[in-house]
Amino acid sequence: MSTAARLLRRRDRPRYSAKETGIALLLLAPSIAVFVAFFYRPFLNLLNWGTFESRANGAFFEDVGLRQYREQLTSDDFREGLWHSVQFVLYTVPAGLVLGILLAVAAHRRLRGIKAFQAIFSSTLASSVAVTSVIFFYLLNPVVGIFQVDWLTNPDWAMFAVSLSSIWQNMGLSFIIVLAGLQNVPDEVVEAATLDGYGPVRRLLRITLPLISPVLLFLLVVLVIFGLQAFAQVDILTGGGPAGATETLVFKINRLVRPDNIGIGAVYSVGLFFVTLVVTAAQFVILERRVHYAR
Amino acid sequence: MASVTFENVTKRFDDVVAVDALDLAVDDGEFMVLLGPSGCGKTTALRMIAGLEGITDGKLLIGDQVVNDVDPARRDVSMVFQSYALYPHMTVQRNIESPLLVRRYHADGPDQPARKLSRTERGERVEEAARVLGLDGLLKRKPAALSGGQRQRVALARAFVGRPKAFLMDEPLSNLDAKLRAQTRLELVDLHRRIETTVVYVTHDQVEAMTMAHRIAILSAGRLQQVGTPQEVYEAPANLFVAQFIGTPPMNTLNGTFTTEGGPAVVVGESRFPVPADLKTRLDEGQAVIVGARPEHLDVSEDGTIAHDVRAVEWLGHECLVFGSVESSPVVVRQVGMAPLAAGGTIRLAVDPANVHLFDLETTARLG
Repeated sequence: MSTAARLLRRRDRPRYSAKETGIALLLLAPSIAVFVAFFYRPFLNLLNWGTFESRANGAFFEDVGLRQYREQLTSDDFREGLWHSVQFVLYTVPAGLVLGILLAVAAHRRLRGIKAFQAIFSSTLASSVAVTSVIFFYLLNPVVGIFQVDWLTNPDWAMFAVSLSSIWQNMGLSFIIVLAGLQNVPDEVVEAATLDGYGPVRRLLRITLPLISPVLLFLLVVLVIFGLQAFAQVDILTGGGPAGATETLVFKINRLVRPDNIGIGAVYSVGLFFVTLVVTAAQFVILERRVHYAR
Repeated sequence: MASVTFENVTKRFDDVVAVDALDLAVDDGEFMVLLGPSGCGKTTALRMIAGLEGITDGKLLIGDQVVNDVDPARRDVSMVFQSYALYPHMTVQRNIESPLLVRRYHADGPDQPARKLSRTERGERVEEAARVLGLDGLLKRKPAALSGGQRQRVALARAFVGRPKAFLMDEPLSNLDAKLRAQTRLELVDLHRRIETTVVYVTHDQVEAMTMAHRIAILSAGRLQQVGTPQEVYEAPANLFVAQFIGTPPMNTLNGTFTTEGGPAVVVGESRFPVPADLKTRLDEGQAVIVGARPEHLDVSEDGTIAHDVRAVEWLGHECLVFGSVESSPVVVRQVGMAPLAAGGTIRLAVDPANVHLFDLETTARLG
């Protein structure tokens, strides 16, 4: 049964006495306080800001209700930002995932010195986004770069070029998590498949990957969220350019959050929040049925 | 169906010799049990047949073909693992069907080229396997929804659905409870009688070995100790290890000296174990030997020649076990029924010379 379905079955929930409920609330109080102070209250503030429209370059604000939400969330600028974010996700997530899986499969064997390779393959995760971005900036720089390509300055190629550094980083994260998953796959099951005549590719696709599907779902969800939230890569590598070709939603929000148009920034932020929520929920609903949880 | 032959096969893991120069011929259709304590190399030997372990030295044959370098998938053997190794994400149906999906079979007779089976043929074979193992009605379930015994049957069905040349089993009963294990032993023997495929079965449980095997190969520390029918290894163990490994409680063994004074016997302190007369010609007077007698071959008798100090008596209903010592070496006696014995006393034991075993003190090999 899926997590969602389990939560929906209210009658399965145990009943607690008043005392137990009191103790539970007491124990939860610190985390509730933190969430209220740093998430729920700011989020409500944000929702509220979205209803105020800037007047006279931010000199004062007027409450316009939901009109600003309607206008801004259907604007060409918001749609462009959303499309760029989606593009970024489409470039970075599948490639990072597949490369990570391939490396993990390659490194999942008992060989002398394999630990060194495992450390090398996971090192991309240990580098900060800023460092990674600077490295790729010099790799791809048209003048002093190693490859001397114009990708970062070419509107058709800029998003792909920005994505490269994230693919490289996602690969490290995928590698570590998939490798951990592979180590939980019983050797005997893979050996049984070998005797059943499965070749390496079929073993991977029919046995190993299904057995680590919970791990893959987790990775997919996390990488998509990372992709939708990516900012530093864009800021360092292209600054949103050329000609706004790499302005993702987060980049636009960052540009908008100024005293004069904080209302629009709030609307965009709320928009991104719901996009992320819907995409994440959709992944769970669509994919969880196909995920095999070992019992 | 095919024979399986080890010719001087050795397996080394770095510096550890897991299997040491093994020579063993498993006949076509035979039920061979590899028996031994953990770490004796029996599982490694089995995995070499499957191709899951490489062979360091020697030759391994399935039928007439040397398979040292043959891919596991092409050896046409199947294996039942200790953990069953079912595919948890597939239904029982898909689990059993699995070997039929990829491999090619001589489905149109042995002279025709091998081919993949059609969906209908696969369905028929899965149904047959499920019927034989009593799995009808469970085909749509996943392994997690099955009991241990049912999972074990699925593993068996998957192993024999492709009618392999040889069936390899690695302690397949060890995860079952005692009652189910006894029942499954009988079913395995039945199944083998029906399909007549060569079986190589690994276990550390001598009861499984004695009850199911045509022949038992006993291994210790990577070396083959003895191959023989259950009766042979029980009645004439080749060395001290086999003598003590087969039988529950194990054979009593004591250090003594051979003498012909007052008839051929082995003397242990004040006690005498009479031995067959023909040993006279092979042993020297006063030669130090190890003498052995199984608990069930020692009889409580007024005029017995062995003095036994009783320490404790275990009554099990149909029999009792008398624990104690002879000349301070522990000796167990098995008596049918409820013998009226008390702890703390001394009893006299008699033994038929034909049931006394002698082993060399140095080599521990059987002397008679």
